[in-house]
Amino acid sequence: MDLVVNILLGIIVAATPLVFAAIGELVVEKSGVLNLGVEGMMIVGAIAGFSVTLESGNYLIGIVSAILAGALMALLFGFLTQTLLANQVATGLALTMFGLGLAALWGQSYSGKTADKFPKLDIPLLSDLPVVGKLVFGQDYLVYLSVALVLAVSWFFRKTRGGLIIRAIGENHEAAHAIGYPVVFYRYLALLFGGGCAGLGGAYLSVVQTPFWAEDMTAGRGWIALALVVFAAWRPGRALLGAYLFGGITILQLHSQGFGVKIEAQYLSMLPYLATIMVLVMISSDRMKVKLNAPACLAQSFRAAT
Amino acid sequence: MNLKTLIKFAAVTAAVATMAVAPGAVQAKKLKVGFVYVGPVGDHGWTYQHHQGLLAVKKAFGDKVETTHVENVQEGPDSERVIQQLAQQGHDVIFTTSFGFMNPTLKVASRFPKVKFEHSTGYKRSKNVSTYNIRFYEGRYVAGVVAGKMTKSNTIGYIASFPIPEVIMGINAAYLGAKSVNPNVKFKIVWVSTWFDPGKESDAAKALVDQGADVLFQHTDSPAAMKLAEQRNISAIGQASDMKAFGRKAQLTALVNNWGPYYIARVKAVMDGSWKAQDTWGGLKSGMLTIAGLNDRVPADVKALAAKVQADIASGKLHPFTGPLEKQDGSMFLKSGEKISDKALSGMKFYVKGIEGSLPK
Repeated sequence: MDLVVNILLGIIVAATPLVFAAIGELVVEKSGVLNLGVEGMMIVGAIAGFSVTLESGNYLIGIVSAILAGALMALLFGFLTQTLLANQVATGLALTMFGLGLAALWGQSYSGKTADKFPKLDIPLLSDLPVVGKLVFGQDYLVYLSVALVLAVSWFFRKTRGGLIIRAIGENHEAAHAIGYPVVFYRYLALLFGGGCAGLGGAYLSVVQTPFWAEDMTAGRGWIALALVVFAAWRPGRALLGAYLFGGITILQLHSQGFGVKIEAQYLSMLPYLATIMVLVMISSDRMKVKLNAPACLAQSFRAAT
Repeated sequence: MNLKTLIKFAAVTAAVATMAVAPGAVQAKKLKVGFVYVGPVGDHGWTYQHHQGLLAVKKAFGDKVETTHVENVQEGPDSERVIQQLAQQGHDVIFTTSFGFMNPTLKVASRFPKVKFEHSTGYKRSKNVSTYNIRFYEGRYVAGVVAGKMTKSNTIGYIASFPIPEVIMGINAAYLGAKSVNPNVKFKIVWVSTWFDPGKESDAAKALVDQGADVLFQHTDSPAAMKLAEQRNISAIGQASDMKAFGRKAQLTALVNNWGPYYIARVKAVMDGSWKAQDTWGGLKSGMLTIAGLNDRVPADVKALAAKVQADIASGKLHPFTGPLEKQDGSMFLKSGEKISDKALSGMKFYVKGIEGSLPK
């Protein structure tokens, strides 16, 4: 039983950075912007979170810095693509490369250092319950935040006026503009949110999961988050599900190797990616479905008609 | 004077100035030494140790050498450009420090017959290309002895990267070392299919600990497993460099790559003209591999045993792969008393008897 609990705990830790990055990017894409710079924003968040946590000795300040750092990166992207109308795909790729380089420079004096354990929720009695105690009441605070964030985004798109406006802008920015909504302003807001979430996801890796700083430590998680958004067909709940599925398969394959299951390790490593590709193929085989789900103005620049 | 003539004037002045300076520069000709790294100097592992070697060269020769290093060079075609550039800039000897630089190094070397090249971990040589590597398995055997003595659950976890001979011989050596002092020891091996992914390495370490491992080995590059061992109050073996900062209690011992002496010897050979293309595979004896101080909590008798095993390997009295030895499937591959050849070792593609699980192909 302990092993099962430990496996589940492992899955939660592996999935949480992906949840943060994916839910942020989902909001960005809903507003009609494609920011391929998730990896770059994550890695900058990772070093910002780690370095500030170490210098200040305060986790909260560290995490907030990571959010700000990610948002600043997104602001740069917004300025280039929304104000200067640069191509979003090219700018996003450039943002990733810039982020990796910037983080490496920033992190030079931090490699070889390490942080303490991140505080976990500890409710007397409840956290000591068998099985449920550790799983439900014994996680680090950021895990609860990630789930809360997904619920909040889901509620935001369904139930609030702001959510409706962002969806409208993503579907048809000309029409939204004609009604009088400031398209670029809302897209900036979405981008800032996405950047903050990506920074948070990176910080989870460097401050909670490992916890230390090493160059390129995001190791492609930003790209997985991007794929998860498509996988989820732009629905928050499914993004959460996708991240846990991905994390789950990753952890289970490591465990199955330890148990000596006779499947080639390479196949197991491929599994999470295979599952993603299969779902993508399934989604795109039905054209109507793609049209219904994907924001129609995704990756298109908007210039107000004068 | 318009802008064009001004530029011309400036160019001529610069040329004259260079000519005036040049003779002096020739007199104090320094030997130019170039290094090509696959990772960042700050990786705290593989590249970090090579850079320590560069610093050792600088310290040994002072003004007589000028060193250049290029970090984060992608393996493959990209590296060819970098190596070519170093050769064109007049470097006398160039060290390329990753397996994937092998073919680009040879290509550039054929274009610059006067420049000396040194490629680490490869097997292709030419007139002006040497190869060099470390016998990591010797250190893994010693670490295996320590791990075998220290484990209480008799389960040792091993985080492996890719099923290439270098990694496989490391697993086998560590197992044989542990087995030699603890007949009940079992190895759990997890392949992560990456050299560097701190998150995944940490996940793998967690899985191994959850399944009962209380000593961790790794053949990946980040200190994630060491950090996890520290958090979970178990033990681990440091890889490539001393990882004490990440596991003050956890690190039993660490295998430390020590490239400095080799680099100094080779630079010296270029200086006095005795450089020849050769293959070097040094281990504990040559000092290219060192074992960092054992943790204080390792009992004195285990320390003494480890020191003895280390000395025996260095003196050649003990070879980690000595018969009788069987493969996992029970077939014999070394007769009693027979030592493995370097050729068989560098092509090793099987587990030795006693290791469970199947080797990925």
